[in-house]
Amino acid sequence: MLRLDGVTKVFRTGVFGRATFTAVSDVTFHVEQGEIVSLIGESGSGKTTVGRMVLRLTRATEGAVTVDGRDVAELGRTDVRTYYGSVQGIFQDPFSSYNPVFKVDRVLGMIRANYLQGLSDADWKTKVRGSLEAVGLEQADVLGKYPHQLSGGQLQRLLIARALMLELRFLVADEIISMLDASTRIDVLNLLGDLKARGLGVLFVTHDLALGNYISDRTVILRRGRVVEMGATPKVFGSPAHPYTRMLLTSVPHLSAKWGEDEIEAPTPSSLEEAPDGPLQPIDDDHFVATRGER
Amino acid sequence: MTLVVDNLRVYYRTLRGDVKALDGVTFDVADGEIMGIAGESGCGKTTLGKSLIRLDGRMRVVEGTVTLDGVRMPIEDDRAMNEYRFCDVSIVPQYAMSALNPIRKIGRMISELLSARGVSYDETFPELSRRLALVGLGDDVLERYPIELSGGMKQRVVMVLSTLLNPSLLIADELTSALDVSTQKAVAEMLVEFRDRGFVKSTIVITHDLSVLYQIADTILVMYAGKLVEKAPAAELTASPKHPYTQLLLGSLPEVGVRFEEKRLTGIPGRPPSLLNPPQGCRFRARCPLAFDKCAEEPPFTEVAPGRYAACWKAAA
Repeated sequence: MLRLDGVTKVFRTGVFGRATFTAVSDVTFHVEQGEIVSLIGESGSGKTTVGRMVLRLTRATEGAVTVDGRDVAELGRTDVRTYYGSVQGIFQDPFSSYNPVFKVDRVLGMIRANYLQGLSDADWKTKVRGSLEAVGLEQADVLGKYPHQLSGGQLQRLLIARALMLELRFLVADEIISMLDASTRIDVLNLLGDLKARGLGVLFVTHDLALGNYISDRTVILRRGRVVEMGATPKVFGSPAHPYTRMLLTSVPHLSAKWGEDEIEAPTPSSLEEAPDGPLQPIDDDHFVATRGER
Repeated sequence: MTLVVDNLRVYYRTLRGDVKALDGVTFDVADGEIMGIAGESGCGKTTLGKSLIRLDGRMRVVEGTVTLDGVRMPIEDDRAMNEYRFCDVSIVPQYAMSALNPIRKIGRMISELLSARGVSYDETFPELSRRLALVGLGDDVLERYPIELSGGMKQRVVMVLSTLLNPSLLIADELTSALDVSTQKAVAEMLVEFRDRGFVKSTIVITHDLSVLYQIADTILVMYAGKLVEKAPAAELTASPKHPYTQLLLGSLPEVGVRFEEKRLTGIPGRPPSLLNPPQGCRFRARCPLAFDKCAEEPPFTEVAPGRYAACWKAAA
């Protein structure tokens, strides 16, 4: 289980780092294996910072990120390799995630050189075929090609295939489909759903509520670095309790109802401004909302 | 008719030949109409928007005419077009947030732009101030540098600035794409408000997001691989699309309320054809589940039902 316990991240800004900026404040939630948790927030909410802390790309100022009870920030050199063998990240822009002069074979080969040195050639080929099949790519379409010869959807799926070659248990997917076209993005999303059935835990970071609602089992709503509402996705989206969540939901453009015709009542600007962001309290089974009060 | 575009072809010159980004596009926009142009990346929607105001160096008009308020626009002539820009045709660019000069205060920049058009800043000031107030900004923004404003504020400044001379046509290219949902809603509603108040006569909204268009546009035009695919009133297009591409595209959009476990949406297999050497006939043929022999022949973009246009043999039948 991937757990975040009271995770806080403070960045130093200003001249000589005299000012501070709290990007993430006291965030606690967990991701089980075989579960997709979406982390939803607007720009500046700290959602990417949370993903980066899970991937050890930045260190939490307070609190801890643990995988199976081990603090990821405290791992030694050999443990880090094992860690990245089971937790991987994929980011928004597939076009800049690749080295443009490396062919696909070499991109995949780097996994073998780093993590799977003992593997025979025949086993490696089977593995490549298997993981490409799992993401719905034809070997002939991608092997031997340079990144610029492939479409965004193919590149993004290839990154997932690359991660799948490892004994992957958790995936941090940070806005992975924002840059894809509408006709191909849903396939990548369905792929995450299929991988979930195989026991993969996914932290799905997004700003798009419709995508989060479609794919995730649980939802965490982040505002200004604090969790304001979280719980089972149908509950958070079906009966949103926090004014901020209601505001987000009433702002989403639908294809069936115009703005202002929603069933959910839009919050007033003042209620939004004064909305609580204190400790989370349960209001239902697996549904938590921020209350007033200091943390 | 405010805008009439007739058989417009705009190609990009490259070393390997012409990329036929816009290949024979005919449509018109009525007075007071907000027309949405939707499509995936590379379908030619941005090329279309650009060719109505300013072609960049690699673009070449091969054929076609653009008429605005009965006047033929010299779109192929960069200099001659200058007379119309800002006064008659205006644009809110794709990254409006970075469209402002970073070393000019907002007020001074507006004053310079107006004087370039022979308009007095002092005389325009009361109107400018009124419009800024309308979008929720005070006069104090005029004394600030762009860096002091947030993304949403800059977007609103650019919108007010682009429409200050009451152009006949406003082109808004991916105006809301980089914004958070709450700001997106505010900016989109502002476009409608500007039209309602007569700041602009007609608007073309270019976006990949059909659900935003459904909210604000009167008609939606769908493009694919440099061609028009379908045109219909917004509500009709989203409720009962005629062209297979529009049907599949709408079917791949997750709406809030649709869940993976209950209903699995599907994408469109394959990818759009290369526009360097586009295939003969219908360009969606290779990905279309309904394709048959006749699709090797190019389907005309015709009226298939009252007020509804589509380029598909099956839709016409």
